[in-house]
Amino acid sequence: MSGAARRQALIASLLSRAPAWRAADARARRLAHGHTDEAADAAGVADDYRLLAHDLARARTLLPGSRTREYLEGAYLRVHATLHHGAWRPGSALLTLLRDELPATVRWLLPYIAWTALIFLLAAAAGYALVQHYPELIALFAPPELIASVERGQLWTQGLLNIVPSSILSAEILTNNIVVSLVAYCAGFLFGLGTLYILGLNGLMLGAVFAFVAQHGLARQLFTFIMAHGCVELSVMCLSGAAGAAVGEALVRPGVAGRVESFRAAALRSGQLLIVCVVLLIGCGLIEGYISPDPRFALSTRAFIGVSYWLLMVALLSGWLLRGAPPPESHTCRVRRRVS
Amino acid sequence: MTGAAPELSVDSVTGIEVSLPVAGPGARAYAFLIDWHIRLILALAWFCAASLIYNGNLSFRVPSSSDPRWFGGVLAPALAIFLLYHFVVELFMRGRSPGKRMAGVRIIARDAGVPSAGALLARNVFRLIDSLPLFYGVGLISVIASAEHIRIGDMAAGTLLVYEGAASYLGPAGGAPARGDAEGAEIASELLGRWPSLGAEARTQLARTLLSRSGLDPAQVAGMDANELLRQLQQLAGRASAPP
Repeated sequence: MSGAARRQALIASLLSRAPAWRAADARARRLAHGHTDEAADAAGVADDYRLLAHDLARARTLLPGSRTREYLEGAYLRVHATLHHGAWRPGSALLTLLRDELPATVRWLLPYIAWTALIFLLAAAAGYALVQHYPELIALFAPPELIASVERGQLWTQGLLNIVPSSILSAEILTNNIVVSLVAYCAGFLFGLGTLYILGLNGLMLGAVFAFVAQHGLARQLFTFIMAHGCVELSVMCLSGAAGAAVGEALVRPGVAGRVESFRAAALRSGQLLIVCVVLLIGCGLIEGYISPDPRFALSTRAFIGVSYWLLMVALLSGWLLRGAPPPESHTCRVRRRVS
Repeated sequence: MTGAAPELSVDSVTGIEVSLPVAGPGARAYAFLIDWHIRLILALAWFCAASLIYNGNLSFRVPSSSDPRWFGGVLAPALAIFLLYHFVVELFMRGRSPGKRMAGVRIIARDAGVPSAGALLARNVFRLIDSLPLFYGVGLISVIASAEHIRIGDMAAGTLLVYEGAASYLGPAGGAPARGDAEGAEIASELLGRWPSLGAEARTQLARTLLSRSGLDPAQVAGMDANELLRQLQQLAGRASAPP
């Protein structure tokens, strides 16, 4: 047999296996999309993997620039991904994220959360003490309109609903809060210094404004105003800052993995927390737009709303809220159950 | 990864390594522009439709009273569509989006699998940084400057944007001329595989085109009936038996 004839025979032999490739590809697609629970399909994937690997190697030699090789590579990758990752179910992925990954991230961030909360509280205390002793320093922390309003004996929040509708107010507030929160996170990438700056500045402002309104006998009114939304809003700011600081530390002290890899790992884990922060801030914006400026809500009602919302946040972040949810069932488990 | 044409190499236990071409700034920008238009149109459509329903007439007026129905029914869903479009669509389309599909790209993890929900989330959170200072400036510089053509979000999430497989199916045979025995056999084999599903006229035409290009006399091919065409195709494909 001549070389050309031998090669032609090998190609024909290879191409005659196309139906098996199509079947393998179709099986991988069915399993990847969760469209089948058949035990035979699941067991067949391992055989498909070997078959496609074998034929792909032959196709690379016999038909290097062909569509057959391209098809085999695509099918091989699909089977590879199916075998190693199983079916992709968005619901399970979200549940895993909220129930398992998020609490793990929060546990990992606990030292950072403690530090950022401490920085924020110390800055607030410093701001309070500064304005308490040097009232003129309030001009450094608050805009002139706010100062003039307080000096007239009125909180700037009074009559807010007469100027802006709650819906617009909420949208403005939640947009601002989300931007501040994301900036606090991203600022942490500057080796953690940005987080220190953002949290320190916000703490100073809060403490200074509280001291200033206390001097004018309006502290209780301000406390009443921020009670419903402030617990979660301030906590989320600390959470965002902690997440950013963790990424910053990964850049400063990358460890054995290297700077890029450490950044990747820290950003991936801490980034997950951000979407929860955004959702929580949307809730804060709604409360701040609809409840906080409305004088019909008593302090006790506001305290109940604020504390309840904060407890809900803690339950979500600790994993307690979704603890009772059944674990996402892997495809292998479901097949095993069907077989048994 | 190679310098000129970056590729992701996927290792496996079989020892067969497969490389995936990484998408560059052009494909990324193309996909993003399509997605941006889609989400903008969807968000505006919701806002307009919900406003009309809320106001009860042809008006997009914002209510002056504090009505939670306007916020919850008109503004918040429109904002959610615009802001959460990428995450939700990529989550449900396994790392794809309509724009990415049209650009022929998709997001994958570094082991070629579908990225986790957390990775997709992190990737989209980092759009804030990538979009700085204007028009995705940081992201664009990162994509151009990095060896793997990745933006900061991809770096953080451990994802890559790769081109979809060029041949996701063993397609029709008539598109390219047979440039040699191997390719002719390959195309003939593909045609035989699809033979039962093709209409009589289509398969006759495709078979005649292929056999003519494979070196047979076109006049002779034109005179062949369906059975003879099938036999010739089997010979070209090197098969002894008829297709299933």
